[in-house]
Amino acid sequence: MERESTLKQIWGSLSQNKGAMAGLVIIVILAIIAVIGDSIAPYDPEYSDMTACFVAPCAEHIFGTDQLGRDIFSRVLSGTRISLTVGIIAVSISLTIGTVVGALAGYCGGKVDMVIMRIMDMMLAVPSILLAITFMAALGKGIDKAVIAIGLVSIPEYARIVRGSVLSMKQNEFVQAARVMGNKDSVIIFKHILPNILSSIIVRATLGISTAVLDTAALGFLGLGVQPPAAEWGDMLGRSRSFIFNAPHTLIFPGLAITLTVLAFNMLGDGLRDALDPKQRK
Amino acid sequence: MNEAVIQLKNLSKYFTVETNFWGKPTSVLKAVDDFTLDIFRGEAFGLVGESGCGKSTVGKMIAGLYKPTSGEIIFQDGTDLAKLSTKDRRKYCQNIQLIFQDPYASLNPRMKVEEIIAEPLKLIGKTDSGEIYDRTKYLMECVGLSDYHMDRYPHEFSGGQRQRIGIARALAMNPDIIVCDEPVSALDVSVQAQVLNLLDDLKKEFSLTYLFIAHGLNVVKHISDRVGVMYMGQLVEYAEKNELYNNPQHPYTQALLSAIPSPNPHRKKEQILLKGEVTSPIDPPDKCRFCTRCFRKEEKCEKLSCPTWTEVSPGHFVSCHLFQ
Repeated sequence: MERESTLKQIWGSLSQNKGAMAGLVIIVILAIIAVIGDSIAPYDPEYSDMTACFVAPCAEHIFGTDQLGRDIFSRVLSGTRISLTVGIIAVSISLTIGTVVGALAGYCGGKVDMVIMRIMDMMLAVPSILLAITFMAALGKGIDKAVIAIGLVSIPEYARIVRGSVLSMKQNEFVQAARVMGNKDSVIIFKHILPNILSSIIVRATLGISTAVLDTAALGFLGLGVQPPAAEWGDMLGRSRSFIFNAPHTLIFPGLAITLTVLAFNMLGDGLRDALDPKQRK
Repeated sequence: MNEAVIQLKNLSKYFTVETNFWGKPTSVLKAVDDFTLDIFRGEAFGLVGESGCGKSTVGKMIAGLYKPTSGEIIFQDGTDLAKLSTKDRRKYCQNIQLIFQDPYASLNPRMKVEEIIAEPLKLIGKTDSGEIYDRTKYLMECVGLSDYHMDRYPHEFSGGQRQRIGIARALAMNPDIIVCDEPVSALDVSVQAQVLNLLDDLKKEFSLTYLFIAHGLNVVKHISDRVGVMYMGQLVEYAEKNELYNNPQHPYTQALLSAIPSPNPHRKKEQILLKGEVTSPIDPPDKCRFCTRCFRKEEKCEKLSCPTWTEVSPGHFVSCHLFQ
C-alpha cells in the first residue's frame, strides 16, 4: 500500500513534466515502429532500384533513396528495431555490470577497489572499437555478439562514475547510520547509496544509447555487426558518409532518427531523475 | 547501581598517515591513545575537548564504525566488542546506537520519515506491519513529532526536527546506550535547549545511558552526571559534574572552564589564555601532551613520560604530573 503510493507520486510528478512525457511518447512510437516497421514500410527496405539512385525526397520517396536506389524511409522504419534493441540492450549490459562493479570498488575500497579499477583502466587504455573487435573475435560474428561486445566495452565508464559517486556518498552520515543499525553491506549499497547516485547514472545511460548505436555502426562498417543489406541507422549513416555533399538526405534521415531516439531517452531520463528525487518532486 | 554498561580499556585508534614502499606505516596519527573509562548504567557521561582531540573517534569505536587499533570495549554481558568480526558485531548493533552531529547529512534524503524510523524496527526482527506502524507513531510522539509528519521527506523539516527524527531512529532499537556525537552543535541555540531537554526526558523514560560528546562545557553541564575532558586523544580529567565544574584540577580543564562565555557582561572574569604550540597528534613524543601549552608546567613535566591517573578526591581523577 505504502509502496504503491510512492510509485504513484513518482508517476504523478513524471506526468507533470512535459519534456519527459514527450520523450515517453516518442519512445512508445519508436517501440511500435520497431515491432510493425517492416509491414508499414512502403517499399521493401532491401530492394535496390538502380534506376533511381540518390533520388531527393519527393512524393514517392518521402526520405529519398540512397546510393543503391533503396527507399530511405522504409530503411529507417525497418532499422528501428535493430537500432533500438542494440541501444537498449548494450546500455543495459554496461549499466548493470558497471554499476555493480563500480559500487563494489567504491564501497569496499582497498584491494578490491585496486583490482577492479586496474582492470577497468586496462579496458579504458585500449580504444573501445579495437576492444570490441577483440571481443567479437572471441565471441564470433553477428549482431547479437556485437551488442554484447559494445556493452562490455563501455563498462569502465559506468564503473568509474558509480565508484566516484559511491565514494563521496559513503562519507555521508546516513550511510554510517545505516551501518550502526546493523544493515548488511548489500542493503546499504542498494537501499541507501545507489538511490542517491541515480541521477548521474541515468544521465550517463541515456547518452550511452547513442554511443551504442554509433558503435554498432562502426562494427558493421568493419563487417562485424549488422550485415548488409539489412538496414540499421548507424550503418546507413556510415555508408552514406561519402555522399554528404551530393546527397545529404541519405545522411540526414538516419541521423535524425538517432538524434530523436537519444533526445527522447534523454528527456525521459531527465524527468525520471527529477521524479525520483523527493526534493525535486512537487 | 554502578554497574558498567560499557568498559573501555586502553582503547586506541591510530590512523596511518604515511607508509613506506612495503606498506609498513612510517607515520601514524594517534587519534585516541590509551583511553580507559567505565560508563555506568543510567548515567550521562559528558565527553568534552577541542576539535580533533578524538572524542568523536571514541564514540565511533563504541558504535562499531571504527575498529580499534588496540584495547578492549567490554559490553555489559562481558563480550569484548573490539574483538568481534563484522558479522558478530552486528548482533550488538541494537544495544548501542549513535545520534549524529549533522542532522542534514544523517538522514537518507530518499526515504520518508516513516521508512527511516521503521528501518531499525525491521532490523530487530519486527515483521508485523501494523506493529511497526504503531511503534513508529509512538516513537515520533516521544520525540515531539506528529503522525502527519510520517509521509514527508527529510528535506521538508528544520534542523531541530531532523535531529528529532535521528533521535527517534536511535530509540527505535531500544538500545542500552546511546552515543550522542555532538547532537546539538549544528543547531541554533534556542533549538539546542529543546533538543537537550528532549534527550534528558527520554533518558528517564527509556532508562537510557548516554555518552554525550560535545566541544563546549556549557552544553555538557546541562545533561551530564559525570564529565570527562579529553586532550589530544587522551582523557586528562574526569569527575562528577559539579565537582569538575567547581573544582577543576588539570590545567587544561581550568583553561577550558575559564573560556566559557559569561552571560553577564559586567562580570569580569579571569580568563586563562593558552600560549604555545599545540602538539601534533602525528607521532607524538612519550610525555604529557599538554606540556607545550601548559601554564603551570614544571621542570619534571618535560622529562617524565605520560602521566598516570591520580584520584584527587573520591571519583575525581586527574592525569597530570603536578598531582603525583
